[in-house]
Amino acid sequence: MSSRLLSRAPQDTPGTWKSYLGLGVILLVSAFPVYWMFVIATSSDEAVMSSPPALIPGDQLMVNLREVFTMQDVFFTASLINSLIVSLAVTASTLFFCSLAGFAFAKLRFKGHNVLMFIVILTLTVPNQLGVVALFIVMGELGWNGTLLAVIAPGLVTAFGVFYMRQFIGHAIPDELVEAARIDGALTMRIYWTVVVPAIRPALAVLGLLTFVATWNDFQWPLITLNGTDYPTSMVALSDLASGNYVVYRRVLAGAFVATVPLVVLLLVGGRQLVRGIMEGALK
Amino acid sequence: MALTDVRHARTEEPRHAPPKRQRFWLHRFDTKTFPYLMIAPFFLLFAVFGLFPLIFNAVVSLRHWHLIDKEKNGWVGLDNFTKLASDTDFWDALVNTFGIFVLSTVPQLLLALMIANLLNRKLRGATFWRIGILLPYVTPVAASSLVFAVFFSRDNGLANWFLSLVGFGQEQPLDWRAGTWSSWIAIAVMVNWKWIGYNALLYLSAMQAIPKDVYEAAAVDGAGPWRQLWQITVPMIQPVVLFTVILSTIGGLQLFTEPMLFDENPAQANGGYDHQWRTIAQLIYRVGWSDLNLGYAAAMSWALFLIILVVAGINALVTRRLGGGK
Repeated sequence: MSSRLLSRAPQDTPGTWKSYLGLGVILLVSAFPVYWMFVIATSSDEAVMSSPPALIPGDQLMVNLREVFTMQDVFFTASLINSLIVSLAVTASTLFFCSLAGFAFAKLRFKGHNVLMFIVILTLTVPNQLGVVALFIVMGELGWNGTLLAVIAPGLVTAFGVFYMRQFIGHAIPDELVEAARIDGALTMRIYWTVVVPAIRPALAVLGLLTFVATWNDFQWPLITLNGTDYPTSMVALSDLASGNYVVYRRVLAGAFVATVPLVVLLLVGGRQLVRGIMEGALK
Repeated sequence: MALTDVRHARTEEPRHAPPKRQRFWLHRFDTKTFPYLMIAPFFLLFAVFGLFPLIFNAVVSLRHWHLIDKEKNGWVGLDNFTKLASDTDFWDALVNTFGIFVLSTVPQLLLALMIANLLNRKLRGATFWRIGILLPYVTPVAASSLVFAVFFSRDNGLANWFLSLVGFGQEQPLDWRAGTWSSWIAIAVMVNWKWIGYNALLYLSAMQAIPKDVYEAAAVDGAGPWRQLWQITVPMIQPVVLFTVILSTIGGLQLFTEPMLFDENPAQANGGYDHQWRTIAQLIYRVGWSDLNLGYAAAMSWALFLIILVVAGINALVTRRLGGGK
């Protein structure tokens, strides 16, 4: 009897109370740091320094936020706007250029498309961060260091995005549909807008979420090029908040919490798509 | 229009159609040249902001390239690299990077495997659990690192409070930042927290693609759930395991944000009083943008690039061996 039970594939085996207990603990551990960020962000200095440390939110959120937003040389308000500009610009551009290139690679026949696609995949393995020194010099030559352009330009189109779009468009759009539109006399760009874009909305949502999250959270390159200027992104501003000889935890974490909220909202709204995107990405 | 309706073929020219000759050239352009324009943005941007910096990095590494003190700037051959070979700061940072890398990667992938195995059941609210474990993934590393920096503070830190609950360090609270191992562990905790859920989803996705009859066939031998996991599931998802090993090698050896913000004063990029947790990426930042010595920072970047290539290669080989793949 027991061997019968075991013959089931795991995905057909119902979860026991132990599975749910395990998952509950994991969820608690996943959520706790974010929750605790909120606790400190709402606490007074006394509550932060007490023993045991505060575990329940206090009532100082507004006080702490006011301090964060009015701190000299941190430009916190501006940093949030900058992060939003950068993330939206990068996301919009990534979606457009990656889906365009993905469409070309998946459905159009042109000389060398296999070799070119291979190159795209190859570039996926290049760790970009290692070129930061030279990138800084390049941006210096362009006069872009210290401006948002330095953060936006390198992210405008990604190899992963092109690859992801090619895979999706290859499956989602039958060749006949493209052929039919072409026989009707439609130009490529028109086919892109009227046939491709409507059919790949789910993939655009997934790639858009992944890109937005990655861009908003990017730290190293923005720190290098924007640190000490009047145009930090919110991650750079956070590092400023945490620097100095006397660091006020409740203020730092109030800032961290504000910079985290948009992403938590994004997870609540688009969590389903994000999960799907990551899981689909694994199989390709 | 019903399916049975007769559709008249359009015989007349579409309105506003350009003259034939022009249309020929337009069509030719549209099918022969336009596809290249569609893929051009990627190649152009990659060339300017990806490939060129990487190559140019090699040029910079062979020069003395100081941002302010420009008099000595010029070719110096391999000087930066010979300096690197005897630079204890670099080797110390390398040891730290590897230590933190091992502490953060091994538990990360093992726990991700366990969690994926938990999720790979018929569960109520499956989507809810999956979204829940992605919370660390969307949380900005900078924000979570700062939370953990407070969490691991010596006085009144929550980590020490938890330890005291199980009767540890009541007289002398643990100074996480002071010790080498304790600081590595604290940073590894941040990395693990961030990436376990993400990797679990990657594994889960591969697990669900395993054909069910594989398990049914193996049940004849009476494999229990634990053996089922290690003898069937893990070998079957080996390609994804390999992928995550390579991904976390590339990411782990370039670790920057966590050690940066763990510092009591991040702006200095010290990595502790004695640099006990300073990683290579942090040292590159320090040399490049505090000391303004870009030539030397470029040489370090190249060294790190080669190290990553070698380690990723070794890890890939080991993973294949362990997984019994062909």
